[in-house]
Amino acid sequence: MKHPALWRLAIVAGAVLLIEFLCRIGIIDRVTMVPPSEMVVALVRMSVGAPWFWPDAWSTFRNIGVATFLSIVPGFLIGLIIHALPRLRAVLNPVFLSYYSVPTFVFYPLLIVIFGINSASLIVMGAMFGIVAMVSATLVAIDRIPRVYGKVARVIRLSPWQTALRIQLPAATPHLMTGIRLAVTYSVIGVIAGEFIIATAGLGRRLTLAYNDFDTATMYGLILLIFIGAAIVNIVLQRLEGRIHKRWYRA
Amino acid sequence: MKQRWTDYAILIIAAFALWQAAWYLAGSEALTPPIETVRRLGVLMEGARFWEHARASGVAFAFASILALVGGLVLGIAIGANPVAHEILTPILSTLYSIPKIMLYPVILLVFGLGLSARVAFGAMHGFFPVALFAIGAIRNIAPVLLRTGRVMRLSRLDTVRSILLPAALPEIVTGLRVGFSATFLGTLMGEMFASSEGLGFMLIRAMDIHNVPDIMALTLLAFVIATTANIFILAVEERIHSHGA
Repeated sequence: MKHPALWRLAIVAGAVLLIEFLCRIGIIDRVTMVPPSEMVVALVRMSVGAPWFWPDAWSTFRNIGVATFLSIVPGFLIGLIIHALPRLRAVLNPVFLSYYSVPTFVFYPLLIVIFGINSASLIVMGAMFGIVAMVSATLVAIDRIPRVYGKVARVIRLSPWQTALRIQLPAATPHLMTGIRLAVTYSVIGVIAGEFIIATAGLGRRLTLAYNDFDTATMYGLILLIFIGAAIVNIVLQRLEGRIHKRWYRA
Repeated sequence: MKQRWTDYAILIIAAFALWQAAWYLAGSEALTPPIETVRRLGVLMEGARFWEHARASGVAFAFASILALVGGLVLGIAIGANPVAHEILTPILSTLYSIPKIMLYPVILLVFGLGLSARVAFGAMHGFFPVALFAIGAIRNIAPVLLRTGRVMRLSRLDTVRSILLPAALPEIVTGLRVGFSATFLGTLMGEMFASSEGLGFMLIRAMDIHNVPDIMALTLLAFVIATTANIFILAVEERIHSHGA
């Protein structure tokens, strides 16, 4: 296959056109879904005209950013500690695995009691949801560092710090990248779910408002925005991940 | 193995101690202490309404799981066995997997209305992608020499699938089923929270709306215990299959 990316584009474009067609001839009625072209128009219109758009978009974006950071850095450090304690790791394993079958955002009301209805609650929510993915990825990343690297470090007499920074950290990067990608995804879910439930600002709140007002066009415009944003972040991180992977595992 | 169980016991005790400490710090407005939560769960379980909701959740989860697991496996194996399809479609699947599907709850409500099908759809669309992606990985990671051996022995297509493809791919497929199970469970609960009028997720969101902390805690504990027990069980099966292959 010469141009997989072109084929992918064709498939996605075909799917969008199909939906457009089904909407236009009325098989999908307007209350259920507006045609994709109108979603784009609605999105452009609100980004230009609606006074709430940029403040709300910025609020969501910033909260997701901070939540991601707060899941990645502490998640990495906790991962390091747990990796050093194999017995703790063995018992925590099923807890980590079942963590993502429970909607952690049920604790959101409890966070509101502690922090109030504000960005802090949303950020902690997103970080709580993202951190376990990073901890798990860190554990895997350290596991996958080839043993021979440690031997090389000893042979060339690197200090423990040098070994950690120059050998272990770079060697763990490919799997850490996977963790970062997952942490972003889960932070997005945590923040947006929180905005659905109670918030004073944010795209999730706007989405719920639009749904309650039967404002289908605005609703789909916002869904499109979140969809595109999440897809772009994910594709960029995936590319980066692939490149790092290739560099490390070329041999 | 025996040490493992002792460690689990220590973990549970430590978790309860931490939980109790958190309650001292945050107060009853934010959470209830462990003993009271367990007691509250017991009280909830005595009510007839609870079992109606639990049954509704069970039915939705069962349908969602069947859809996600069967659909994901069929698509995953089909794509995994076809290199061209893999190259084109797998990136699309993994992007769809990572998109926060929670934002689609209004769409699901508009399409399916407030009923069983909405909850099933929400659960299934969470579980489907991980199952498919793990199945693709499982098929792609089969050592080519195994398939070549099959060709040398002139196995029929069916025999190749049955005696080479499936056994070789099984460990990773089971891992995918476990991840898919977790995701379907989460998806079903979220579907019930945002797009339903029955089920344990609905009980949960109602408790959240009226700020009924004991009920939130009790139901969350229940969900966590169910998910963890199921994961420990599937993990044991997985370890067995993995060691069998080695």
